[in-house]
Amino acid sequence: MTQGIVTVSYIGASILFILALGGLSHQETARRGNLYGMLGMGIALLAAIFGVVTANYPILLGGMVVGGFVGLILARKVEMTQMPELVAILHSLVGLAAVLVGYANFLEHDTSITGINKTIHDVETYLGILIGAVTFSGSIVAFGKLSGKIGGKPMLLPGRHWLNLILLIASFWLCADFVEQSAMGNGVSPLIWMTIVALLFGIHMVMAIGGADMPVVVSMLNSYSGWAAAATGFMLSNDLLIVVGALVGSSGAILSYIMCRAMNRKFLSVIAGGFGTSEGTTSAGSGEQAGEVTSIDAEETAALLLDSKEIMIIPGYGMAVAQAQHTVNEITKALKAKKINVRFGIHPVAGRMPGHMNVLLAEAKVPYDIVYEMDEINDDFSDIDVSIVIGANDIVNPSAQEEPNSPIAGMPVLEVWKGKTTIVLKRSMASGYAGVDNPLFYKENTRMLFGDAKQSLDAVLKAVTS
Amino acid sequence: MRIGVPRELYSGEKRVATTPEVAEQLHKLGFSLAIEAGAGQLANFSDDAYREAGAEVIEDRKKLWADSDIILKVRAPAEYPEQSINELELLEGKHTLISFLWPAQNKDLLNKLATIGCSVLAVDSIPRISRAQKMDALSSMANIAGYRAVVEASQHFGRFFTGQITAAGKVPPAKVLVIGAGVAGLAAIGAAKSMGAIVRAFDTRPEVKEQVESMDAEFLMLDFEEDGTGEGGYAKVMSDEFIKAEMELFARQAMDVDIIITTALIPGKPAPELITEGMVESMKDGSVIVDLAAEQGGNCKLTERDEVVVKHGVTIIGYTDLPSRLAAQSSQLYGTNLRHLLNDMCPEKDGNITIDMEDEAVRGATVIHKGEITWPPPAPKLSATPKQPPKAEPEQAVEVKEEKSGAFGLLATFIIGGLCLLGLGAVAPPEFMSHFTVFVLACFVGYMVIWNVSPSLHTPLMSVTNAISSIIIIGALIQISSSNTIIMYTAGFAILITSINIVGGFAVTQRMLQMFRK
Repeated sequence: MTQGIVTVSYIGASILFILALGGLSHQETARRGNLYGMLGMGIALLAAIFGVVTANYPILLGGMVVGGFVGLILARKVEMTQMPELVAILHSLVGLAAVLVGYANFLEHDTSITGINKTIHDVETYLGILIGAVTFSGSIVAFGKLSGKIGGKPMLLPGRHWLNLILLIASFWLCADFVEQSAMGNGVSPLIWMTIVALLFGIHMVMAIGGADMPVVVSMLNSYSGWAAAATGFMLSNDLLIVVGALVGSSGAILSYIMCRAMNRKFLSVIAGGFGTSEGTTSAGSGEQAGEVTSIDAEETAALLLDSKEIMIIPGYGMAVAQAQHTVNEITKALKAKKINVRFGIHPVAGRMPGHMNVLLAEAKVPYDIVYEMDEINDDFSDIDVSIVIGANDIVNPSAQEEPNSPIAGMPVLEVWKGKTTIVLKRSMASGYAGVDNPLFYKENTRMLFGDAKQSLDAVLKAVTS
Repeated sequence: MRIGVPRELYSGEKRVATTPEVAEQLHKLGFSLAIEAGAGQLANFSDDAYREAGAEVIEDRKKLWADSDIILKVRAPAEYPEQSINELELLEGKHTLISFLWPAQNKDLLNKLATIGCSVLAVDSIPRISRAQKMDALSSMANIAGYRAVVEASQHFGRFFTGQITAAGKVPPAKVLVIGAGVAGLAAIGAAKSMGAIVRAFDTRPEVKEQVESMDAEFLMLDFEEDGTGEGGYAKVMSDEFIKAEMELFARQAMDVDIIITTALIPGKPAPELITEGMVESMKDGSVIVDLAAEQGGNCKLTERDEVVVKHGVTIIGYTDLPSRLAAQSSQLYGTNLRHLLNDMCPEKDGNITIDMEDEAVRGATVIHKGEITWPPPAPKLSATPKQPPKAEPEQAVEVKEEKSGAFGLLATFIIGGLCLLGLGAVAPPEFMSHFTVFVLACFVGYMVIWNVSPSLHTPLMSVTNAISSIIIIGALIQISSSNTIIMYTAGFAILITSINIVGGFAVTQRMLQMFRK
């Protein structure tokens, strides 16, 4: 296969990837978009295997078959509630691959490059490994946090901003050192040191971010994996890698930005860690009772639901944890059969990754045309008879609007308290991830249904259908 | 102070300005009360009942007026030649008279009262503000009129209101159209509805739609945008086009409904004519029209004041004394309205009233203050239904501001970005720059493509971009053919893990997308 055909294949693959991302923007075209993506990947792989690879086919095929098989099993087995973990761990693989390719490329010692080109090439290699390493360790920590293997609370080291700065300066210095040594055909030790620094940096960065900011982190790591691919593309002078890396990188960055905007927070302050430095002081207030809560049982909830005409369901992470989405769908169907209008209101940062709730509801076969975004339904709450909040806290917290000193002040929230009645499903009176007390629970028209969301909803479903 | 309640002399007027129950409460406020013998008889309140409530019953009308400081009446004072009584002559300068007066229609009377030098409070002039609702006699009388209108209609209507299926056949429910959903209209809706009729209502003020629907009646809409809300929550005169559309609606309804109750009044204007002779003709025989606006000329062309007439087979009721036809109830409510008014005028609860011209409710009611005409009062400060505050403007201002700062930020970004690119271009070799061009363009494409993604697809989008980012496998593929074993194995491992990512990412995306359905 000539170089020309390989390049043409790369162009075709790039276009298909752009079409894939474009297709994923809308429900109607999403599946086609995914097919474009697969096709693009297939073309790129075939072009590379037949046009570039000249030897060692057994290892190549072995790796691909084993890897593909593992990937397929992972994709089949994963529970929809575990999607965030899966995406995080897959990101780490891209990061690791970037590191490996970077090292391999460095070991190649391409002697044809000299002068300024050599310097640029070295910087590219260095950056590819750096971003890859950050992505790798950051994703591993994110995976740990999302799967509950590491605590969700932000870990805040004293002087952590200084630590970050030192790590940053260290990586600059190592970069200069590496370029210098590499010019003399050396440079392994600064490269290894840098990798360690980058790994530490990735761990530290994600450790410092609170659970509620996880959607931002996941999409940010997604973005990083793209930049790592782009840096590798520069290193290898491969336009396909550059194009795809830039596509993924910029799309991930925009997703992170959308997430931040949904929380009314600056991207930098999310990255700088957790819910800021006020975490310690605000969580102190969480245990205090700010008023009387009125509890309700499942039968009363069912009676209330059957009496109403407009119902809004607001799912949160609690629904994911309790795996309650199927019961929610059953209840929705039962209520809709009784001519009650049931809708879902999804906050952009509900759950632990962007669009988490939509995926869960889709898994439970809730029709997506009754699932609305916050902006679409937030004005409708005055007409809502009953809002059901399932395991959500911060996204329905009125102090975001009413309490200027609250850590979540200014974050757009679902204004459930404007409806006639709100039922909040909760395990206990613990505060949300932001560690902020929620005055919603003490409002006059709020009823608390304590207990595991799945069990509570099962009881409600039984009462509704009987 | 002493309150005197004379017997109403107007023919057919059965109401009385106070009831034994109210008398007792007035007593508690510190007033002494005298009532003319037989004043409450027509409303079924005996003199003994008043005596028990602590009121003095006086036979002599002249003595009652002369001994009292405050006179409570229903009708405005007038001359009754057939009974050789002139109430105006009984009034003195020391009196404070509280009754219905309609100062707008009775200018002469107002002037006459002023020359006597007394103070007069017209209960019909109490402003429609929330605080004064408890003394709003117009509302309480309208409520009774609306209820009674349905009772009158049912008396002249030859069928059930409610639908029934009996062994002797099926009875369709009566259809009632209520025009004007003010207090009277809403009361009529409620009464007709509770008797089982199908009720429809129309009003020029769109805000009453909710109230009508809350009574479980159907609100008839015009395909026409015009708000008929006038000052103080009353209706105003509508445009010609509106009236034309409205008349068409009534013409259609007239053919369908069995009973029409009209309550359309515009303050200070003759009642609008809404039901033409043609519409009456088109109604089914045996239908009934109750015209609550008969006093102001009637909403129906054929209405005759204070009469029940049958024209074109339709009974048209033009009673103006509907509240009086429910005398006990209306006396009770009217008396309570007056008591609330006196209560507000007597803050010390010592039986002495003061006319406080700063009090908005009292000020509105006072039409003559110590011989001086103080009518009309200044416009009420607050409408019963406040108009929607214009709120769009400040929001717009904020948005504009944000845009400006956004545009500035963008400009700054562009300038800084441009400078960086220039710097890079100055030192970098052309080969790098061509790659860099591709890179920047790709970033822009990504930006453009992703910006409009629907939020529900964020997760699939992330997993698909994750799969795509394993394009880094190309890098490993380039390296795997190396003769260096370390490089080969490193690349092989990279291929292995990126393959996991490729297959896993695409497969899980596909799985997710298959779940999204309508």
